Amino acid sequence: MDFSFSEKEQSFYDELNDFLHKELPADWYSKPVIWPHEYAGSPYRDPKDDETRQAFVKKLADKGWLTISWPEEYGGRGYTNIEQAIYDERMSYHLAPASGGISFGIVGPMLLRIGTPEQQASWIPRIASGEISFWLGYSEPNAGSDLGSVGTFARDEGDHFVLNGQKCWSSGAHRADYSWMIVRTDTNARKHQGCSLFIVDNKTPGITMRPVINILGDHSFNEVFMEDAHVPKENLIGEKNKGFYHLMQALDFERISLVGVGTFRRFLEELVEYVKTSQRNGRPLKDVASVRNKLADLATRVEIAYMLFWRTGEMLDRGEEPNVESSALKVMATELARDMAETAMEILGPYGQLTEPSERTPLRALVARGFLESISATIGAGTSEIQRNVIAQRGLGLPRV
Amino acid sequence: MNLGLNTEQTILQDSARKFLQSQCPSSLVRSARSDEAAFPRDLWQGMADMGWMSLIIDESYEGLGGSLSDLAVLLEAMGSACLPAPYFNTVVVSATAVQQSSATGLKESLLPKFAAGELVSTLALIEPGNSYGFDNIQTTATAGINGYVVNGTKLFVEYAQGADYFLTVARTEGDGLLVMMIEASSSGITSTPMPTLDYSKQCEVRFSEVQVASDNVIANGEDAKVLLLRLEQVSAVGKCSEMVGAIQSVLDMTVQYAKDRSQFGQAIGGFQAIQHHCANMAVDVDSARYLTGLATWKVSEGLRAGKEVAMAKSFVSRVAIRVAKLGHQIHGAISFCDEFDMHLFLRKVQASSMAFGDCEFHQEKVAVELGL
Repeated sequence: MDFSFSEKEQSFYDELNDFLHKELPADWYSKPVIWPHEYAGSPYRDPKDDETRQAFVKKLADKGWLTISWPEEYGGRGYTNIEQAIYDERMSYHLAPASGGISFGIVGPMLLRIGTPEQQASWIPRIASGEISFWLGYSEPNAGSDLGSVGTFARDEGDHFVLNGQKCWSSGAHRADYSWMIVRTDTNARKHQGCSLFIVDNKTPGITMRPVINILGDHSFNEVFMEDAHVPKENLIGEKNKGFYHLMQALDFERISLVGVGTFRRFLEELVEYVKTSQRNGRPLKDVASVRNKLADLATRVEIAYMLFWRTGEMLDRGEEPNVESSALKVMATELARDMAETAMEILGPYGQLTEPSERTPLRALVARGFLESISATIGAGTSEIQRNVIAQRGLGLPRV
Repeated sequence: MNLGLNTEQTILQDSARKFLQSQCPSSLVRSARSDEAAFPRDLWQGMADMGWMSLIIDESYEGLGGSLSDLAVLLEAMGSACLPAPYFNTVVVSATAVQQSSATGLKESLLPKFAAGELVSTLALIEPGNSYGFDNIQTTATAGINGYVVNGTKLFVEYAQGADYFLTVARTEGDGLLVMMIEASSSGITSTPMPTLDYSKQCEVRFSEVQVASDNVIANGEDAKVLLLRLEQVSAVGKCSEMVGAIQSVLDMTVQYAKDRSQFGQAIGGFQAIQHHCANMAVDVDSARYLTGLATWKVSEGLRAGKEVAMAKSFVSRVAIRVAKLGHQIHGAISFCDEFDMHLFLRKVQASSMAFGDCEFHQEKVAVELGL
């Protein structure tokens, strides 16, 4: 095995790293309230930070970095998937705004694979410029892990489809412009063979939303209702009734691009620094053997998350689909996200439960947030159980029952 | 970045697997348990004929000049076969130690013999009351005429009764460390078997007024510390490769069994309880493989590797046992029988996880590397 970057990759790494150091405030890492492998996303406490965020994203777009691994004719830089992985790693390590994301990590790459030239011409430039954003319209009240059971129905009316049904756990739907949605288009076919993918405009008449407050007290989720919502037929993405299979590919991208592998290293470093500089019951925290062992274990598993992350990029560059491998990455990283919170809580003792930043609160109250936030990690984008099914059935060839 | 094997390594892996499948079946592993000659000499000769003893020896000493990453390929195959022979101690530990030293005479006399497979050598390090490490060595090497006189007791010396040399660590009068090759035929050496779980023919070796010529010294003082640390890294990642090979075999056997074994009218591999055990094993094996690969690559390239080696050895030592035990669980009662191979792997990984620093030893090293 050879884990070195090529000269070109290394120079991109250095250029990006320098850019991040230069363009983000020195204490930026302390601004976003992000737990490793965060799904919910309520990242800023201070509204001023949101201005910094917007200005920074503009600079990224100007450099063409939002879409670096896309082909040049679509506004990308034509970089390799390892370079995309370097980008995701560095951006997430610096907790930089717009690292990864649904538009650049899922919808864009999927449109480049299965969209028609007209669809690509229509959507790709607006995604690349950061002009439009998406939410994922997958789960429904009766279709969670069993995604093939979606009941929202799109009736084919020739030049348009008419949608009726409901989505739930729709993260960020209220902040986004469009949905990347799976719906049923054939009720007679077997369930996985009657679904299709659509791009649906939030502003479509007949679409309404109800906020759902999450475990952290934040508005991240929504329930979204479709009542006779008309969607033009050119918004059908990929082949009609093949949506479930397209979606399986999209889920691979999701499991890779949303991992935010650098956030793990960032928090580990913060926790190590805290332990190095803190006393507990009159003795240095770093001298407690169990604390040393726990941190060593976390650090080792962060390194493994990196390996499994690089592997997906390396496979994509070799033209292979990292399907089972993205599940392995997802299950490993999300369980680490949970264990990291639990371990940090154990190390911090009573101080770990503090929920607001104060002089008594270590690590910006990140740990209490992570303790709750990481509950979502092993559930969203396919539960750990679903990932293990994928690994066992598609990876090891065990029978589907 | 290339997370697979290169072309030469793929060829090496293929030939190693084929050789071991035909020459080292589990029946040989079983019969070697009571082998009075300590290990199967025919197998050893066959390995020498394959060029395995010369793989990492420099070309200037009649070796093939391969890298540690190449060696890792062989070690993985050997782990998969539960190899009952002193390859690890002879090649990975002893030949590496001699090759790393600046003792030109010793290199010229021993390395070509190592390369030809003519030597068996084994590490004599751990002492009564100690575990693995270099901190509390009590065996003494007292300067005498033309060399040293060595006194002390070493434990867990693998294949001592078949060895030509003991790679021995002792303390000199100035409290420095001395690393030397002691000829097993020297007078004053007695060895007594210490039967262990993995049948690896470990022994207690006593040195009583053993004369060692200065020509047999590999390293002394600060040089010895540097050499031993390097040796620790090479050995630790080598043991990781062995364990990766062993648990890959456990996973392969177990998945096959889950497909074949039927209960409640269906293959047990169709049950999610079994599937999730298998998925956990697969993720552990992959994690162990890449972490080992990272550490091996760093050591092989001469990069700073202290943290990665300690991470790999601590992690792999723990998960290898976890994987082997899940293998047993899924196989059920047959796995508890001597006639079935699964316990050979459990024994192998148990021994490898302890050798050259166990999980806790290396976790503490990781903590130090983190700045704690």
